[in-house]
Amino acid sequence: MTAPTLESLVARAETLFRDLDLAAVRRWKDAAPGRKAIGHMPIYVPRELVHAAGMLPVGLMGGGDQIEIIRGDAYFQSYICQIPRSTIEMGLAGRLDALDGMLFPAICDVIRNLSGMWRMLFPDRLALYVDLPQAGCPELAVDFYERELLRLAGELSSLSGVPVTDEALAASIALYDANAAAVRDLDLFRAATPWKSPIHETYLVLRAANLMEVGEHTRFVRDYLAAAAASDRPELDQSRVVVTGAFCEQPPLELLRTLERAGCYIVADDFVLGPRFIRGPVATGDPPFRALARAYVERGVSTASRYEPSRKKGDWLVETVRERAAEGVVFCAASFCDPALLEQPMLVAALERAGIPHTAFKYSENLGQFQVIREQAGTFSDSIRLWGAELPPQEAVP
Amino acid sequence: MTQPSPQDRSAVKDESMLRQKQMLASHFSRLAAAPESGDKVVYTFVPGNLTELLLSFGVVPNLPEINALQSGMRKLSGDFIAAAEREGHSEDVCTYVKCDVGMLRQGNVGPTGALLPPPGLLLLSYTGCFTFMKWFELLQQEYSCPVAMLHVPYQPEGVITPEMREYVVRQLKEVVIPALERLTGRAYDEDALCQRLALSAAAEDDLVAVLGSARHRPSPIDAYFGGVYYLGPIFSAFRGTDEGLAYYRCLREEVEARAARGEGPVTPEGTMGEERYRLVVEGPPNWTHFREFWKMFHDEGAVVVASTYSKVGGLYDTGFRHDPSRPLESLADYCLGCYTNLGLPSRVALIERYLRDFSADGFLINSVKSCNSFSAGQLLMLRELERRTGLAGGFIESDLVDPRYFSAANIKNRLESYFQMLDQKRRHARPAALEACA
Repeated sequence: MTAPTLESLVARAETLFRDLDLAAVRRWKDAAPGRKAIGHMPIYVPRELVHAAGMLPVGLMGGGDQIEIIRGDAYFQSYICQIPRSTIEMGLAGRLDALDGMLFPAICDVIRNLSGMWRMLFPDRLALYVDLPQAGCPELAVDFYERELLRLAGELSSLSGVPVTDEALAASIALYDANAAAVRDLDLFRAATPWKSPIHETYLVLRAANLMEVGEHTRFVRDYLAAAAASDRPELDQSRVVVTGAFCEQPPLELLRTLERAGCYIVADDFVLGPRFIRGPVATGDPPFRALARAYVERGVSTASRYEPSRKKGDWLVETVRERAAEGVVFCAASFCDPALLEQPMLVAALERAGIPHTAFKYSENLGQFQVIREQAGTFSDSIRLWGAELPPQEAVP
Repeated sequence: MTQPSPQDRSAVKDESMLRQKQMLASHFSRLAAAPESGDKVVYTFVPGNLTELLLSFGVVPNLPEINALQSGMRKLSGDFIAAAEREGHSEDVCTYVKCDVGMLRQGNVGPTGALLPPPGLLLLSYTGCFTFMKWFELLQQEYSCPVAMLHVPYQPEGVITPEMREYVVRQLKEVVIPALERLTGRAYDEDALCQRLALSAAAEDDLVAVLGSARHRPSPIDAYFGGVYYLGPIFSAFRGTDEGLAYYRCLREEVEARAARGEGPVTPEGTMGEERYRLVVEGPPNWTHFREFWKMFHDEGAVVVASTYSKVGGLYDTGFRHDPSRPLESLADYCLGCYTNLGLPSRVALIERYLRDFSADGFLINSVKSCNSFSAGQLLMLRELERRTGLAGGFIESDLVDPRYFSAANIKNRLESYFQMLDQKRRHARPAALEACA
């Protein structure tokens, strides 16, 4: 069989990215009788559980710049971020009708309250809040989360009619571990040779995880890696930056292109964090529910919505900069994103202690003007290439 | 009651008010003297506070939200917020946090003018608000003291499961109590805790009676603006104390006497005149223009008969009491039951109940920019409550302590329109009611 071309892979990923009506999910459901699909909000949910219950987990990341918000705005005040309003818009417009249920992880007050709104707006559909542990004691957190997983498994099984047995969950974990390994290879490939996989391509390949079955997505990533590695794209004189703060509401695709065009190779980021949330394999010999709980608590990535008692704030960011040989950090947070924006001063302090240059801007998922960001990112990129880490940190730009 | 002179109508003071003022002053004096007295100081939050447990260890609680709202009322918060924003804190985030950070930058002088001592422990009770977590992470950068995290699970379905309770109790036993033992060098004393819980339960009975008094016509209390004062002691450092118990007994007697005399609530403008509108209010008040805001209601004869803000520090009117026979379990239930820890359907159901129980004419949502925990979803709550009750809902926007977000003219205009709408509803409802009678 002929290997798919880079162009065809990227085109397929972009089609999925633009599939806000979830046509791909409808096709998946139509392929066999009785199939069900469960949507979930960012940043992380245990997709393994959904899969083990015989259903398709479907990642939702807002409407981006592809839909006009009409009804969604009537549900949220002007000072609340964009993703809940576009999600409500899609729900009310029937675009999410392919979903038989929704999961809302405990990441911030807005997504938490959205879970209650969903229950009120769509009372005939399953809406579950996934309470993620924040305990100061890891063992307590693991115990709590294991029970939460068992509760969720019961709810999901009731819907699908498929019990989540230890064997089924172990099999699902193995599939997701393989996927995480492929995604990790994609991350490392990009960090090593960013000119071979432009950020918008990598991003689209990652986003495809939201709508594909896990095994199919693993193959898709591997195919992309092979095609990108074989490409002869030239290396450009660009700076290497880490982008952080975009873990929930996603920046428009054009913003990612803008950053790259402005001279920044993004060698680490927190876009589409779900498939990259657990560091290393989940399966470690523990019983599967316990293993899944332990993996989240002990090997979940550092991000603003998690409490981590044992780590100093910002250490992970400084480590990432060093591991990826980055030259600076771009704080790229959605407007009104409480976790990211409250976290930012602490991360800035950590970078300043380490002498790492940084710059900051905000976006919303439906942003349409990129010139200011292009100029800012271009200036930042030029300055770190000219003066490196000796440059005083940039002022945050509102 | 001391009567106001014609020159100074603000001098209306009940005995409970004077008592509370003295209590808070002595608390801040004790905080200020902590470095000399050797008292250990714990910073913690109002929702899910563990005051009885802290007091059983002899430590003094300091509550940053209370300091921030006091700064708002004293017109200091604007400068504090500006100082934090100059340092890089986003204009988009909670102004309580920025007010606290700014106050720290400007010397950490508390609301009474006395210096606030640094914490010996940050007790991060994570109840109903993610921002709390970030707030104490920020403070952790400032102080070299330990943090004890108490993760309180959310109640999406308005039900406390045995697993939730057990999880919180285990954290109390394995994280919070050991942290307090290390801080104070004292062993956990359950008898001391139980004594305090018994005092809490008695004060809570009186508080519930005070809040329930708003069922009278006219209501002898205002459960939002006045409620803020009534809740001061129980939301801060006086739950589980003799002073707290005496305060609520005194307050209850005053309120019951007012109800017996057929009087309305005491307000800064004097005793309320004719009660024209009975309202339920959802959301926190604005603090920077608190008196001006209250006056807008007073001038229209609007009395708040129930509010959700008065439940952020504990939901007692649905039956919960601290219970010395199950001390840690009841502390867990307290934390789990705070208002903003409830899912939106439960919040709507509670307001619907208030509207019926308190014979309200309508409800008003004060949506504050700073607090997504409250605000996200309020526009749906508005629609749902109107649908369920047929009562008119009003919606205004302001902020907690950022004076830039209080537009007096705009809010007054909206309130006036809202009251006109209530009048119109009444006029249209009357013939229908008369027809029904006929």
